[in-house]
Order: sequence, then C-alpha cells, then structure tokens
Amino acid sequence: MASTLNQIVAVTAMNIRNIPSRLGTSLVILIGIAGVVGVMVALLSMARGFEATLAGTGKPDRVIVLRGGANDELSSVIFRDQVEVIKQMPGIRKGGDGQPLAIAEKYLLTGIPRIGSTEPANVVVRGTTDKVLELRPETRLSEGRMFRPGVFEVIVGRGAQGQFANLRLGEKVAIRSGDWTVVGIFESGGDVHESEIWTDVETLMAAANSPVIASVTAQLESEDQFTAFKDALSTDPRLTAQVQKEPDYYASRSEALQNMINVLGYAVGIIMGIGALFGALNTMYAAVSTRTVELATLRALGFGGLPVVVSVMIEALLLALAGGVLGAGIAYVIFNGYTVSTLNFQTFSQVAFDFRVTRDLLIQGVIWALSIGFIGGLFPAVRAARLPIVDALRAQ
Amino acid sequence: MSDVLVNIRDVHKTYTRGAETVDVLRGLNLDIAAGEFLALMGPSGSGKTTLLNLIGGLDHASGGSVAIKGEQIEKLGSGQLARWRASHVGFVFQFYNLLPMLSAERNVELPLLLTDLSKAERMKRVAIALQVVGLADRARHKPSELSGGQAQRVAIARAIVADPTLLVCDEPTGDLDRKTADEILTLLQTLNREYKKTIVMVTHDPKAAEYASRRVYMDKGQLATAATL
Amino acid sequence: MKFFPLVWAALWRKRPRTIFTMASIVVAFLLFGLLQAVNVAFGSGVDHISGVDRLIVSGKYSLTEQLQLSYDARIRSIPGVRNVSASSWFGGVYQDERNFFAQLPVDHETYFDIYPEIIVTPEARAALNSTRTGALVGKQLAEKFDWKVGDRIPVQATIWPRKGGSNTWEFDLVGIMDVAKDSERAMAEFLLFRHDYFNEARQFGEGLVGWFVVQVDDPTRADAVAAAIDKEFANSPRETRTDSEKAFNQSFMKQMGDIQMIVTSILGAVFFTLLFLTGNTMMQSVRERVPELAVLKTLGFTDQRVLGLVLAEALILCLIAALIGLGIARLLSPGLAQFMPGLTVNPVVWGQGLAIAVLLALIVGLPPALRAMRLNIVNALSGH
Repeated sequence: MASTLNQIVAVTAMNIRNIPSRLGTSLVILIGIAGVVGVMVALLSMARGFEATLAGTGKPDRVIVLRGGANDELSSVIFRDQVEVIKQMPGIRKGGDGQPLAIAEKYLLTGIPRIGSTEPANVVVRGTTDKVLELRPETRLSEGRMFRPGVFEVIVGRGAQGQFANLRLGEKVAIRSGDWTVVGIFESGGDVHESEIWTDVETLMAAANSPVIASVTAQLESEDQFTAFKDALSTDPRLTAQVQKEPDYYASRSEALQNMINVLGYAVGIIMGIGALFGALNTMYAAVSTRTVELATLRALGFGGLPVVVSVMIEALLLALAGGVLGAGIAYVIFNGYTVSTLNFQTFSQVAFDFRVTRDLLIQGVIWALSIGFIGGLFPAVRAARLPIVDALRAQ
Repeated sequence: MSDVLVNIRDVHKTYTRGAETVDVLRGLNLDIAAGEFLALMGPSGSGKTTLLNLIGGLDHASGGSVAIKGEQIEKLGSGQLARWRASHVGFVFQFYNLLPMLSAERNVELPLLLTDLSKAERMKRVAIALQVVGLADRARHKPSELSGGQAQRVAIARAIVADPTLLVCDEPTGDLDRKTADEILTLLQTLNREYKKTIVMVTHDPKAAEYASRRVYMDKGQLATAATL
Repeated sequence: MKFFPLVWAALWRKRPRTIFTMASIVVAFLLFGLLQAVNVAFGSGVDHISGVDRLIVSGKYSLTEQLQLSYDARIRSIPGVRNVSASSWFGGVYQDERNFFAQLPVDHETYFDIYPEIIVTPEARAALNSTRTGALVGKQLAEKFDWKVGDRIPVQATIWPRKGGSNTWEFDLVGIMDVAKDSERAMAEFLLFRHDYFNEARQFGEGLVGWFVVQVDDPTRADAVAAAIDKEFANSPRETRTDSEKAFNQSFMKQMGDIQMIVTSILGAVFFTLLFLTGNTMMQSVRERVPELAVLKTLGFTDQRVLGLVLAEALILCLIAALIGLGIARLLSPGLAQFMPGLTVNPVVWGQGLAIAVLLALIVGLPPALRAMRLNIVNALSGH
C-alpha cells in the first residue's frame, strides 16, 4: 500500500475534484465564513483606524500641560498668569524668535452638522497662534492661507472638512458671536488635529467671553528633558498643573471608544463565527454522508483511517480559507480608507478617522476562518473514518 | 356478471425523451369488473406500469378515455385528479414507499388527513386497517424497525384505510422472498374475496399471477391475450 | 392543525442537520435581538426620558458654552414659562475614571417640580433644603457603590476646583432618587447637588451656568415659547438655543454617528449568509424527499398542499429558531443595559424579528416548495 502521505494526497485530490458536484453545499461554508470574516474585519478596522488617528498624534518630545486634575483639554482651565509660569519652565526649546517654543491654546466645541444632516455635532475649535506651524511641523497648509488675529477667520483640518458642512475655503461657519470665514485648509498626517478648526487664541477668547486657556503645548529640547520639566512644574507653588508627553495623552483619550469598538467587533465576530460553525458542520456532515460508500470502499481497499480524516479536514480547511480570504478581501475593498466620524465620548469631541484594514487584521480573519473550518471538519471527518466499513457499504 | 368498474377505450400514451418520442400504449382497450383481481403481465417495456399509472390516476393519457365508476378521469385537471385519487384509489408499490420518519400508524393515517374525519375517527379506522393486515401490535414502529413483509402490510393498510374503489399494486412482491410474498398475496386475495376489493396488480412473477382471478398479457403497448379463471 | 405531526416529522428527518441549521438561525436572531436593542437605546429610548412640557436652554453654538445665572429671572418672565431650573455639568470623577456617572448641580427648589418622574421622599427634599452640601443619588448608583443616606461622598473635580484650589468636593448623601418605570431610569441615575452651593464654593466661574431646564404651561405652545426665549437673548454676549427636551436628547444620540447604519449593515450581512445556509439545507432536504413527496401526491395530496407542507416546514424552523434567539437576547439584555441604559428587547424588536423570520422562511422555503409542487409523480417514483 502506498505511503500515508501518498494516500492522503490521493484521497484529498479525489475529494476536491468532487467539489463542483457538491457546489451548493460547499458554497455554504465559503459564503458563511466570508460573511463572518468580512463583518469582523470591518468592525475591527474601525478600531484600528481610530487608534491610528489618536496614536499618530503628537511627538514624544512634545508635551501638553493641563490644569491639575483635568482629564482632557475640554475640562482644563488655565489662567493667563499661569501660562507665563509654564512657559518659563526648564527644558523648552527656543523657537525661531528666541522665545520658548510653547503655545497656550484654547479648546472649545461648536455645533456643526454633518454633511447631509441637520443635527449639530461637537466639532473642536482650537485657539492658537501662527507659531503653531513651527510648534507642530507635521502640519502644513495645503490650501489657502493662515488666519489673521483680530478677525473672525479660521483654518480647517482636512478631516473635519470631509465630514462636516460648510467647511470649504471661503465658506462661513458659526463658532462664537457670529460666523467665521474659512481661509485655509491644513493637513497633519491624518492625526486627531485634522478633525479640528484652528483660529487665533486671543480672538477666540474675546468672542467666547472666556478669557481662559485650556492647555499649553510645548516643544522640549529632547525627550530626556521630560522628567526635569515635570518635576519643576509639579513643585511650583503658583499653580496646580499636570503634564504628559503628547502620545501618552492622546492615547489615553482614545481608550474607551477603542475598547468599545474592539469589544463590539470581537463579540459580533465570535457570535457570527458560532453561527458559521454550525453551517460548516452541516455542510461537512452532508459532504461526508454523500460519499460514505466511496470513503468506505477506499478503506476496504486498504486506505488507512488517517488519510480519510486528513482529506476531509483539508477539504473543509480549503473551503474555509477561500471564505476567509474572500471576506477579508471584500472588507478591504469596501472599507479600507473609508472616512467616518463619531463622538469620542471621553473628550465629548468629534473625531474623524479612516477604517484601516491592517495586515494583522487580515491575518486574524483568515485564522478565525481556518479555526471554524477546522472544527467544522473535524467531527465529520472522524465520524467518516470511524463508521464500520460494512455498514457504510450497505448504507445505500 | 358484475358491473364494469374500469372502462378503458383506445388509450394511447406517448413519452418524449429529448428528441425521441416513444409510443408506450397504442390504442388499448380493457374492461375491469367490480370485484375482480386482475394481474397485468408482460415483458419490461410492454407498458404495463404505464397502464397501471393511468388507471390509478397518476398520469394522463395522450389519447382515448379512461372511465372509472363512470367518471372520465382523463378529463380531470391535476388538482381534481388528486382529490379523485384520495377517495378512489389505494396504491401499493414494490418498495413500499412508506415515510421513514413516521410510525406505522401515522403512515396509515396519511390518506385520512385529506378527509374531514375527526382525530378519533381517523385513529379508529387506522386501527381497523392494521388489524385487517395483521399488524395491530406494530402500530408504533417506524419502517426501519419492520421487516420487508411487515412494511408491505403497512403499505396495504394505508392503501385500504380510506376504503377506496380500487387497489392498484405495482410489483407488490418484487422485493420479497418467496414465503413473505405468498403471505402478501394471500392477504391481497383475502381483501379481494372477503372484502370485495377490486385489485389491479402488475407483476412479472407467474406465481404471483396465480393468485389473481384474471390474467391479462401486454406486449408493445397492447393487450396480447386475455384469459379468465 | 392535523398536518402538524407530518410537517414536524419531516423537519427532524435528519436530526443533526436540522439542529445545526436551527442553531445558525438562533445565532442570527440572537445578534438581531441584541443589535436592535442597541438601536432602541439610541433611538426610541429617548422618548421615555423626555418630557413634552420641558425645554432645554443652552448656548447657541454649543452645549458646552456657559450662560449667565441672571438669565434665570429673564426666562421666568417670558409668557408661557411655568418653571426654570439652572443646571451645570460638574464632570467629576469618583475614585476612577471608569466609574462614570453624571454629577449635576441643579436649582433644588424647582428641579423636582419640573421632573415629577423623579420620586423623592419629602424627608429627603427637606434634608436637601437644609443641607448646603447635600446630595441625592439614583437608586442603582447607590446600590452599585454601596452608598447609604448619611454617607459622605468625595468627588474629584476635573473642571471646577474649589476655592483654595483643591479638587476634592464632598457631598452629604441625604436621599435616594427612584423612578416608576425602568424606561425612565436614566432620569434619576446621577448625583444631584445644589447649584447655590456649587456657585459659592467654586474657585472660578461664579455666576455661570451650563444650561437651564424650562417647564412650559402648555406643551402645544412649546415651540413658540422656545422661540421667545431665544429672541430674548439674541444679540446678548451669550446667545441661547432652546430645544424641546426630546430634540435635545435625540441630538446627543445622533452624535454617535450612523449607528443605525452600521447595525443594519451588520445584520444585512448576517442574514444574507444565513439565507444561503438555510436555503441550501431546505433544498437538500426536499431533494432527498422527492420519492416521499411523490407518494403523498399518489395518496391524493394536491400540488398546492405539498407546496404548503414544505413552506410550513420552513416557517416552523425559522419561527422556532427566531423565538429562541430573541429569547436569549432578551435574557442577556438586562446585563448589557448596565453599560448602555435603555437597551431593551422590546415588543417592537420582537415584532420585527418575527416578521423577518417569516420573510426568511418564505425566501428559503419557496424554491424547494415550488419544486415539490411541480414534482411529476411518475418521474419521481421511478427515480428520475
């Protein structure tokens, strides 16, 4: 008798050549698993995209200072006199003008409807200065020009422009005390700031009747300076302030929503996976039972039980793999790069982000597909190998 | 002389298989009296099963008339034919054709589901039918739990439970051993002689045909000879 | 009906196959039940917590704007206004950011008249009136954190430090808030304290208010009153935007983005794949039973009746599985409602689910049923 490997190859080849005649039932596994993987990958790619946007924000040698006890910029209130104290802290790099490269920024929300809707969404308006391009060199103006102080002018992030109404060059948007004109569009590598509207901080404070700042963002000489900066800040009796490296701050602001989307994605993926598993079991049991005689004949001829089991498993795995690739592929084609926005309830602010079908998600999807195929094929395969040959041959 | 129950005049039946047309029955005439036990015999391809299907209302003739108890059944639409079958014909097949997932008594009950009888009435008749065929003690068994002969008895019980005009049997003993076959044929004979059931039976087995009261031979879609007992 | 045993027996012809198919459908409807319950939380859940006679007055540009406390008197003087309560967002943290619940300073003299849905004992109200640092909490919150009347609850401010700079505010629990119906629960599950205390103890922001809740005399005139309020403050430094409470709550939900669309897409994908699975099973099942169906026809079952039997089979399969799936969703929903208030598998969800089950049964059952109907008896019996 041929070696086990040859047997396996022979039986598997026979099984697979046979598939077209059982196309209907085979498609069940394929489509069922494609559905599971497609949905799961799509949902998880939302979490990945959101994470990338937040995690991609900021640099480790830039820091953000908030009022002590405030969780985020929306909650933080810093007074003018405190700003000067902060700017004098050790470790801040000097800018082109010889002054510390740090900007006191105002952070507030304004209600702007999504494109195609009437309900206002909480869009972030950041009051800053024209030094912001030096402080955040990853930012560049892609259209129009910078805002001028003392007038109601804004520049709009590319992400915000894509999601919310009336944010194109020249249009007017209501922020505080009337309408402001969009004079420029900026990009910053797809980070969270692209969901924001920027304007002059003094103008904004006046228009909002609120002469306070939310945060101070400072460029350090180097990341090593962080500890010294933090110590100096926390021991100064003139203010209660806290400081974080930008990436740490932005990452912490995305945890809740990210977790929620991840949980949703995995929960739905698992539940659907169970549903698909039953479908796979159905198909493989049916596949095995229509070929009971064939398989038993082979065993009567001397083919071992193992080649039978392995061949059935291979068939199930191949169908599952095809389904997984199909589902992941469809998710990629339809969703990758698709931009959405939602309310990050941790910060109460809207964030625009892309779906990101990452490579690891594709791999996860395929692994999930193979797992379903494996279990779906295992029990029928073992059953096929165990059925007494005589009974099987008489089964017709 | 008994009344003519089945009256077949100049019946033709043609099948089309792809591009070919096959004339299975060619201008057949036959009378069957009430109370007869008729054996239809002939080589394969002679058209005996086709004729049986026409008598039983399972198929439409291509030409001619099939009158049963005075009714021209070749004129009935398929819905009317179904209803006609329900009250006039009982079938017995070579391979029993019991529903495998139903018990014996539920199988026998099937024709009665098409009537207005109450559940109690239905079960009463089922019990009687099973008793007639001698299987009262196997009422709850599934077909897989019955021997060939027992299964065929259940099939016969199902065929008679609605008290049909006619019993139509297609090779009823074809799948049985000699001894069991004799038992079944004896049962059919009893149904014919004691219960006055008219039976038309297709068979290729001469020994089976001996149980009949009349034998008819067919060849190439027509009657060959007719011999009465 | 009398054909039920026949249909039921046909359904279980191949036990494992039916069980697996049914399990898949159960899973699909479990997902349907849960996801639709989420939709309920985001949609109609709003109705139960919105009063037809209540308006919310907030900043014109954003809810996060601050208004003047002095607006209170001016709003009261507008015709059609029965009562007003100032309220702000305190936004503090109790022990851990994850223990999220709202803390709202309100006008303790008027708030409960405006929100009659909130059940508070007269003793608790009296205690609140006489204790500046007094607070009330919702019943479920009290249970969750094991708070009893008389406890001192410390909350860390993230926005509003106290005079002197400390972030620690302490409240004395003087009573528990409850509601009559579960659907109204969100109205009482927060920590309520006195706005006058908030105003005097805060380090900055004195005289500022987050929003006002307004009760109108006549709900049918609510829109007119809202317009009048906004007109009053037009051209002030802090302009207002007044909405019905329902519209206000809904706009919150809408901010989450197109949740409904995402949910519908997921469900669409689920049911599409399910259609395939179930349809295939039904087709297989009918194919195997061709001789049996032919026998039924020989017995006198009409073509239509055979069609009906197969359809009935599909219907029973789908309905039972849907009921089980929705039932499981119903069992799980209270647990999930902790994270998402308002999440319920309500009668509407049941109705939708069962309607979809019927539709599913028709779609997967009709092709095999038609096939069964059209069976030619002679061909089927002879094995063609």
